[in-house]
Amino acid sequence: MATTAPTEATDPADFYVVDPDAHGHAHDSPTLLGFWIYLMSDALIFATLFATFGVLSSSYAGGPTPREIIDLPLVAINTAILLISSITYGFAMLAMGRGKLRATQAWLLVTGLLGAAFVSLEIYEFSHMIAEGATPQRSGYLSALFTLVGTHGLHVTFGIIWIVVMLVQLNQRGLHIENQRRLLCLSMFWHFLDVVWIGVFTFVYLLGYIQ
Amino acid sequence: MFSATEPASVSEPSTTSAIFGRLSWDSIPFHEPILLGTFIVVAVLGIGILAAVTKYRLWGWLWREWLTSVDHKKIGIMYLILGIVMLLRGFADALMMRAQQAIAVGGEQGYLDAHHYDQIFSAHGTIMIFFVAIPLVVGITNYVMPLQIGARDVAFPFLNSLSLWLTVAGAGLVMISLFVGEFTTAGWLNYVPVANIENSPGTGPDYYLWALQIAGLGTTLSAINMVTTVIKMRAPGMTMMKMPVFTWTALCSNVLAVAIFPALTGAFALLMLDRYVGTNFFTNDLGGNAMMYWNLVWIWGHPEVYVLILPVFGIYSEITSTFSGKRLFGYSSMVYATVVITILSYLVWLHHFFTMGSGASVNSFFGIATMVIAIPTGAKIFNWLFTMYRGSIRFELPMMWVVAFMLTFTVGGMTGVLLAVPPADFVLHNSLFLVAHFHNVIIGGVVFGLFAGMIYWFPKAFGFKLDPWWGKVGFWGWVIGYWVAWTPIYIVGLMGTTRRVRHFDDPSMQIWFVIAAIGALIILIGILGFIMSIVMGIVKRKELADTTGDPWDGRTLEWATASPPPSYNFAFTPVVQDLDAWYDMKKRGHQRPTGGYRPIHMPRNTGTGVILAGIAGVLGFAMIWYIWWLAAVSAVALFVVAIGHTFNYNRDFYIDAADVERDERERDRLAAAEA
Repeated sequence: MATTAPTEATDPADFYVVDPDAHGHAHDSPTLLGFWIYLMSDALIFATLFATFGVLSSSYAGGPTPREIIDLPLVAINTAILLISSITYGFAMLAMGRGKLRATQAWLLVTGLLGAAFVSLEIYEFSHMIAEGATPQRSGYLSALFTLVGTHGLHVTFGIIWIVVMLVQLNQRGLHIENQRRLLCLSMFWHFLDVVWIGVFTFVYLLGYIQ
Repeated sequence: MFSATEPASVSEPSTTSAIFGRLSWDSIPFHEPILLGTFIVVAVLGIGILAAVTKYRLWGWLWREWLTSVDHKKIGIMYLILGIVMLLRGFADALMMRAQQAIAVGGEQGYLDAHHYDQIFSAHGTIMIFFVAIPLVVGITNYVMPLQIGARDVAFPFLNSLSLWLTVAGAGLVMISLFVGEFTTAGWLNYVPVANIENSPGTGPDYYLWALQIAGLGTTLSAINMVTTVIKMRAPGMTMMKMPVFTWTALCSNVLAVAIFPALTGAFALLMLDRYVGTNFFTNDLGGNAMMYWNLVWIWGHPEVYVLILPVFGIYSEITSTFSGKRLFGYSSMVYATVVITILSYLVWLHHFFTMGSGASVNSFFGIATMVIAIPTGAKIFNWLFTMYRGSIRFELPMMWVVAFMLTFTVGGMTGVLLAVPPADFVLHNSLFLVAHFHNVIIGGVVFGLFAGMIYWFPKAFGFKLDPWWGKVGFWGWVIGYWVAWTPIYIVGLMGTTRRVRHFDDPSMQIWFVIAAIGALIILIGILGFIMSIVMGIVKRKELADTTGDPWDGRTLEWATASPPPSYNFAFTPVVQDLDAWYDMKKRGHQRPTGGYRPIHMPRNTGTGVILAGIAGVLGFAMIWYIWWLAAVSAVALFVVAIGHTFNYNRDFYIDAADVERDERERDRLAAAEA
């Protein structure tokens, strides 16, 4: 080393954290930040799909137009279901905060069931459109619609699977610190899907309907 | 070449196609002597390596110490090994193209048919960016950044392992495409309409898409991990403006990666839907729009070159400062320049297709935005020059690379500004001038810097320096080879020669391509020189050894610990008081603690990453070949393994204080023996 010998005795405490406990674990878990950054990257995937939908939103290629295929009352009901599921997830988090395991599980179950209802209605809507000949292959517009809405539906499906896994893990270990962290991540994920859906509902369904 | 794989065969249900999809003996290129020869060489080498591992009973060691490791240092080294191996593959492609273009003039057709040549230029670009440059940059970041911020590991060690193995799985699929089926012929970004199903019904674009989706997922996860690490895991006292410049550039690069890879994932996913489901995103009829693909992939593509070059700018900064014996000139301007480049790089993608016809105003905006990037980049060059000015410069190998970079890269930057002028670009678009420009900045910028970084941090990772004589052979081979290979390409490009051309009619052009081929051979000497410097470094590791942990008189925290660092990096977390934290500690008469060690909390190794990536590779292969049952099985397996992993709550452990003490005393003993 090129440094000269120290002229006076120095204390390692000048250079190092010699007693990590004294400093405390000031750094909280990085998981929530990391998961938030993941959500932002996922939001950009949706941004890509929204942009694609924007470019192709009038590429009907002589096929069905939005007014012919959109069943607005059905989508409105579905929107309500998803928004309510966000509220019930919120109740689950409140129960978790109060340390009530059973109530947390119950609200999670309600949330999961509402999610399942949402996905089922979406599948019904899709199959109805396909039966009428409005398939994803028919036009650029329909390709973009099915992909954007379907990607959101796929996310909700993953969320439901995650809820099921969490129900099992809550049964096994209760409100373990690790489980609480996972529920917080899942909470961000679920609300994120709500926000994305508001965009989908506005741009695909409402704007499509008034076109 | 492999036209046996038309989709029609899929629609006829038969037992063979139910089991093997469209995979058949025709998919193996027995009739292609070049591929067959390569395959035999690779197979013999592979069997030799596997036999050696078995003979010396290394499987257990390999599994415990490497494949399942979540140590950021080992993961970094494995990324670098992947990058160097793939560099050899990508460079072999380059030599084949140079040979073809040097021969195929006038009546001579050369030795490669068009289909084969198209696969080679596509594979060359894909491999060099996705499986050489990215793994090398990610590898160096993985190794160095946590040490620089005084951390024990990255924020998500398991995710880090998964990222690595997903990248390896993607690289594996590209390599398999060489011998089973074909690679894409649609260029390094798999451009539509060539990559559309009706124009490319074979497996080539599918290999491309699946390999890059799997590897791209790894890169995205890695970027999320690195950003979180820099934000959350810095040593006490290290405020943002006390972070080493390399850490800053790594942060900006990874923020950028998080921001752009989703666009690529999205674009590739849509093309997959077009090819597998029959949607109409990028088709020429039923409302599809091929230019949308170009926009989406270049929204990723242009920032991506900054994802690669920014950390490399960081490497140059660290080396310049260390070997000039001075604090970096203009640290804060360097940081701001990095941030400005990060933002601007997102606003220039359209300059890749000024000829799309988006109009004068749009082209002007993107042209000017592109030119503006030259300002912060120029500021960086001046900062490095002023750091050297009146410094006591030591011209060791890493510093030689820095000087070669500044001379080479500046020329590439100037031709870049030239191409940013839309009217000039209309003339030079898709020409070899463009190809020479981006090789000028990528080789002269990214590659030179990666070599500089690998040579600079090699003693940190392995405890001995690389052999300097062979290192110089590598240096001069690359620098001279670069100029001999690419100056003629600039010249023919300016004369109007277009890219991706397999045969030239005009015999007067041949001389330029012969010179370029000679240049490529000189670069080969450079590559072999670098490999020899590793080999001879290992042979002479005793005399090249570094027992101090600080062989170059470094300035940042990675030099504060042993070479190679213990698994826990630092026995005690350093407290940072100043920029150039280690230099500051040395100046204040630093002494290492001699006792009072405590147990250290560390993440436990896990095989889940390598297993998940292996299954993802199988899923990709099954989808490429339409082997639907295998795809379904591997998709289910992915889910089961991933969910199963979440049931493991036992993910960390403590290293005994006694073990830490033993490691630290051993380091003292080695240092004393050396002195």
